[in-house]
Amino acid sequence: MNLIITFIQQAIAQGIAILFGATGEIMTEKSGNLNLGIPGIMYMGGISGLMGGFFYELNNDNPNKWVGVLCACLCCAVASAIGGLIFTFLTVTLRANQNVVGLALTTFGTGFGNFFGGSISKMAGGVGQISVATTASGFQTPIPGLSKIPFLGDVLFHYGFLTYSAIIVSLIAAYILKKTRTGLNLTAVGESPQAADAAGINVTKYKYVATITGSVIAGFGGLYFVMEYLGGTWGNNGFGDRGWLAIALVILALWNPANAIWGSLLFGALYIIDIYLPGLTRASQEFVKMSPYVVTIIILIITSKRNRPEQQPPASLGLSYFREDR
Amino acid sequence: MKKKKVIHMVRRTGISTAKAWSIRIIAVLLALLVCAFVIVGITGANPIAVYGGIIDGAVGTSSRTWITIRECVFLLIVAAGLTPAFKMRFWNLGAEGQILMGGLATAAVMIYLGPMLQDWLLWIIIIVVSMLSGLVWGLLPAIFKAYFNTNESLFTLMMNYVAMQIIDVAIVFWENPKGSNSVGVINQVGKEGWFPSMFGQQYLFNVILTAITMILVFSYMRYSKHGYELRVVGESYNTARYAGINVKKVIIRTMCLSSAIAGLAGAMIVAGSSHTISVSTGGGRGFTAIIVAWMSQFNPYAMIIVSLFLVFMQRGSIQIATDYGLNNNASDIITGIILFFLIGCEFFVNYRLEVTTIDEEEAKA
Repeated sequence: MNLIITFIQQAIAQGIAILFGATGEIMTEKSGNLNLGIPGIMYMGGISGLMGGFFYELNNDNPNKWVGVLCACLCCAVASAIGGLIFTFLTVTLRANQNVVGLALTTFGTGFGNFFGGSISKMAGGVGQISVATTASGFQTPIPGLSKIPFLGDVLFHYGFLTYSAIIVSLIAAYILKKTRTGLNLTAVGESPQAADAAGINVTKYKYVATITGSVIAGFGGLYFVMEYLGGTWGNNGFGDRGWLAIALVILALWNPANAIWGSLLFGALYIIDIYLPGLTRASQEFVKMSPYVVTIIILIITSKRNRPEQQPPASLGLSYFREDR
Repeated sequence: MKKKKVIHMVRRTGISTAKAWSIRIIAVLLALLVCAFVIVGITGANPIAVYGGIIDGAVGTSSRTWITIRECVFLLIVAAGLTPAFKMRFWNLGAEGQILMGGLATAAVMIYLGPMLQDWLLWIIIIVVSMLSGLVWGLLPAIFKAYFNTNESLFTLMMNYVAMQIIDVAIVFWENPKGSNSVGVINQVGKEGWFPSMFGQQYLFNVILTAITMILVFSYMRYSKHGYELRVVGESYNTARYAGINVKKVIIRTMCLSSAIAGLAGAMIVAGSSHTISVSTGGGRGFTAIIVAWMSQFNPYAMIIVSLFLVFMQRGSIQIATDYGLNNNASDIITGIILFFLIGCEFFVNYRLEVTTIDEEEAKA
């Protein structure tokens, strides 16, 4: 029983960072922008939030955990927004190729995260690893009361507020995309910017807003990882390939944020299941870790073969839109 | 009468090479300026000393120069391999995985056949096998693109991580010493299968392989019928079909070529340089090469300049980081900043901004 509880908790813990990233990337891709900078932006969001908490705790003798949380969230949002802004400015305004800008942004963001994660403590005159125990405890505070219920409390109410935010944000995103005029306009921009432009939709504005909002959401995935999951420290490259898993999850979710919720649980479970399955050799453990990517590839193939319009990538995904090229 | 100034962009009809390059040089200078601000902001050092340090780190000693050349050559061969695919507008983002698979095949040949065969035979086997295994990794996405129109950038991207896990599986079997979770240097004693040193230079063999590959690829692109066909497919599938080109065949053939070269790059890294295999064998080169290929607009000479410049700054900033006790990832930040400027400046090569004054009331009417 305890093993099952731990497994579910770990699967959710692994999944949430990916869920943030996937929701952000879905918003972005719906506008026709394939932002491959998401893994980098998640690093940037994570480290900036960590630095926000770190400097707050450094300059206050008696830090309050909720003020620390606020600082961390603000810094994370600003840094991720800057990441998204760089991407949109280069691809939409300066009309650069999206894949190239995205990959450059990932190089930059990953370097940014690992560099400051490794040396910020030293640069501030401290020794050893960066650590923000107080702020992190704010992120890790479970729901009071409810988390005391046996089993249900452990499985459902045991997490910090970012976990619930991730699910709520996905649901809101799904609602906006499917049910509101803004969402439909955004979908139109991603499917056919020419038609959207002709219908009087401001394509540039939609692309900017969707991509930057998406980046901020994804950035919180990084923040979740360093704060709630790692407890306020930084491991070099500790975030690993989760950013790319987030991009994989977008495909698995068929560009619907509501699907990403269960998808993230599945990916989270696949990420750690090798520890819980008895009798696996080391080699087969590594094979199990491969499964999220293999599943994604299979989904990608099946959807392209079935060719149902509602399950396809946005038609103009990855293509820049130049009004005068029509 | 209200007057209003408006900026709008106009596509340049033709730009002289001199002007295009001066725009790029300005972008590079701006990038260096921003990098200087960042480095000085972090280290508090004198900017001139910092750039001295970068030059010292990249070409300060003969061995550092050779490392710079080695890294540059890796980027070049991958970028050359990507060129045919990109010209066909096939987004091969899977070079990283193709490098890894090539490296994996190389390591396997070195481990299993190393003690049995002559060196020259090993080299040939390594080159053939690494190209084949890179090819397989690129063939899968190509087939699905050709027949089902499966999104190739996402497919190839995912293949990278499958390849990384396969490397991890292989490490379990090959780890040396046991329990280290790494393969260690393969055939350290007898150097079986290691690419030869030429004129006392360990990396010269790689340089020659790359030069040959680049010449072959660019002549293929420019002078062969295949090269023409893949360019037409890149322009438009429909045009290609009307012209009687078998689009499916061209997609698959071109991707085979592209990924086989990435596989060869894997062999160069494993047999010609690191002599080991790990998930970081690719080292992000598969991604950086995409940027190199795109930014040089598939011009081989521009490719050499761009990759030399990037590697120069990378090696230099690693040196700076060591000098000031910071970590190596500083070089990624520097690379990122330079890339943003280089990517951005292409806009000003293709467009010019014009400020015109318009009459607001007239515009309303």
